[in-house]
Amino acid sequence: MISEDQTIVQIRKNIARNELRDHLFSIIGLVATLIGFVLLFTLIIDLLIDGFPRLGWQFFTSYPSRFPEKAGILSAWVGTTLVMIVTAATAVPLGIATGIYLEEYAKRNWLTHLIEINMNNLAGVPSIIYGLLALGLFVYFFKFGESILTGGLTLGLLILPMVVIATRESIRAIPNSIREASYALGATKWQTVKDHILPYSMGGILTGMIIGLSRAIGETAPIITVGALTFIAFLPSSPVTAEFPFLSFKWLFDPFTVMPIQMFNWVSRPQKGFHLNAAAAGIILLIMTLVMNGFAIYLRHQFRKRIKW
Amino acid sequence: MFRRRSIQKIKERAIENSLLLSALSSIFITIAIVFVLFYEAIAFFKVVTVWEFITGKQWTPLFAQPKFGILPLVSGTLLVTSIAVGVALPIGLIVAVYLSEYAPFKIKEVAKPILEILAAVPTVVYGYFALLFLTPILQKFIPNLSGFNALSPGIIMGIMIIPYVSSVSEDAMKAVPMQIREGSYAMGATKFQTAFRVVIPSAFSGIAAAFIIGISRAIGETMVVAIAAGMMPNWTWNPLEPIQTLTAYIVGVSLGDLPHGTLEYRTIFAAGITLFFMTLFLNILGFWFRKRIREVY
Repeated sequence: MISEDQTIVQIRKNIARNELRDHLFSIIGLVATLIGFVLLFTLIIDLLIDGFPRLGWQFFTSYPSRFPEKAGILSAWVGTTLVMIVTAATAVPLGIATGIYLEEYAKRNWLTHLIEINMNNLAGVPSIIYGLLALGLFVYFFKFGESILTGGLTLGLLILPMVVIATRESIRAIPNSIREASYALGATKWQTVKDHILPYSMGGILTGMIIGLSRAIGETAPIITVGALTFIAFLPSSPVTAEFPFLSFKWLFDPFTVMPIQMFNWVSRPQKGFHLNAAAAGIILLIMTLVMNGFAIYLRHQFRKRIKW
Repeated sequence: MFRRRSIQKIKERAIENSLLLSALSSIFITIAIVFVLFYEAIAFFKVVTVWEFITGKQWTPLFAQPKFGILPLVSGTLLVTSIAVGVALPIGLIVAVYLSEYAPFKIKEVAKPILEILAAVPTVVYGYFALLFLTPILQKFIPNLSGFNALSPGIIMGIMIIPYVSSVSEDAMKAVPMQIREGSYAMGATKFQTAFRVVIPSAFSGIAAAFIIGISRAIGETMVVAIAAGMMPNWTWNPLEPIQTLTAYIVGVSLGDLPHGTLEYRTIFAAGITLFFMTLFLNILGFWFRKRIREVY
C-alpha cells in the first residue's frame, strides 16, 4: 500500500512539473515573440530622438551639403520616386504575366518545372548579386550607364519573384467553378483570364506589388553596386516638358541617388551632425515602408473579408 | 463569323506565347547572373590562381603588393552569420511553436503583422541602429569591444531574420495533421511535450528548410555589416574585432570609382561568385527539404 501511495505522489509531482513547464513555455514564447516588437519600438524611439528635430521643410527641399545642418534629401527622394516608377514598370507586368502563365497556361512538363525551381532560387539570391548582374549587364553591356534606368531595372528584377509568388497565390485561390462558368458561356482562355481571373485576383496581386515595392525602396546594396552616387546636388531632367510632345524620357539616363544610399552616406561619416541627418532620413524611410506594408496588410484583410467563394 | 474565329485563335496563341516569354525571362535572369559572374571571375582567375584564392589568409587587393586570399572575407561572413543564426534559430523556433501551438487568436492577429514589418524595415536602418545604438550599449558591458565589430551587427541581423525562420517553421508545424496532436494529448501529454516531442519531429523537414533560409539570408545580408562591422578583412574568429564580409567588400569597392576591366574591378565578381555558390548550395538544400514536407503528408 505504501509503495502505491508513493507512486501516486510521484505521478502527481510529475504532472505538476509538466504543467509548470507548460506555463513557463507559454511565457517564454510570448517574450520571444515580443523581442521583435521591442526592437522595432526601440528603433523608432531612437530614430525619433536623434532625427525628429531635423525634419523640416528645409530637409526635404535641400541638396546634400558639406554642412550637416544645411543638408537635405531633395535629390534622394526624387531619385527614389523615379527609380520606383521604373521598378514598378518592370516588375509588375512581367511578374503578373509570369504568374498567369504558370497558373493558367503552363502544362505540367519539364519546362514549367524548371521555371518554378528557378523562380524559387531567384527569390533566395542575395540582393547584392543582382547588383553585380546589373553592373555587368546594364551598366557595361547595354551601356545604360549609372542611370535611373539601370537602378530601376535592377530593383525590378530583384522583386520580380515576389510579384510572381503573390500573383500565383491569389490566382490559385480562385475556385475552378469560376473558370468553368466562363468557358461554358463560350469565353476563350484569354477572355476568362482578362475578365475573371485577373479582376478577382487583383487584391492579392496589389498586395504583393506594394510589399515588393516597399522592399525595393529600402534596398541599398545593389544600387551602390551599380554605382549610384552619394553626392548629387542636382535633379534629373524633368519628365514633363513645355514643348511638344510634353513628355521626356531623358531622366532615365541621368545619374541619381536614393534615400537609403543618402542615409548610408551620412551614417558612414564621423561627424555627429550627419548622424542626426541619417536618423531623420531613417525616419522617412521607415514611415514609407510602414505605410506601404500597413496598407498592404489592410488591403489583404479587406479582400479576404469581401470575397467569399 | 468563320474568319473572326480564326483571328481570335491567332490572338489567343499570340497572347499565350507572350506570356510564356515573360515566364522564360526568369530563366534568362539566372543565365545572365551566372554568365556575368563567370565571365568576370574567369578573367580574374587567369591572373590569380584558384589555389591562392581559396587558401590565402590575406585579402588586400587594393594595396601596392596585392594579396588575393578570400579566407578573411569568408571567415568574416561565417562569423557574423553564426552570431545571427545563434540568435535567430532558437528564438525563431520558439516563436513558431508559440504562434502555432500556444498563442490565442488575438495575439496571433497582432504578432504576425509586426513580424512581417520587422522583415520589411530597410536594412540600412538596422545598420544605423547596430552602429550607433547597440554597439555603444554593448561597449559598457564589454570594454574591449571595438567600435566596429562582428557582434553587434550579428545580433541585429539575427533579430531581423527571426520572421523568416518563424514563418516557414510555423507553416510546417501547421501542416502537421491535428490527429497526431490529438493522439499525443490523449496519452496525457502537455502542450509542451506535444510540441517538442511530436509536432517538431513531424515538421522536421519544414523547420530545417526554415533554418536554411535563415542562414542563407544572413550570408547574403549586406548593409548591416557594411555599416557596423567595419571594412577590415580580418582572418579571425573573435567577434569583438572589426571584420569584413564578402558582401561588405563588394559594397566597399563599389563605393569607390573602380575602372571597368581592371583586376580590382574583377575582385568583386570573384567575391560575388563565392557568395553565389554558398547561397545556391543552401537554397538547393532548403528546396529539397521543403519538397520533402509535401511528400510526407
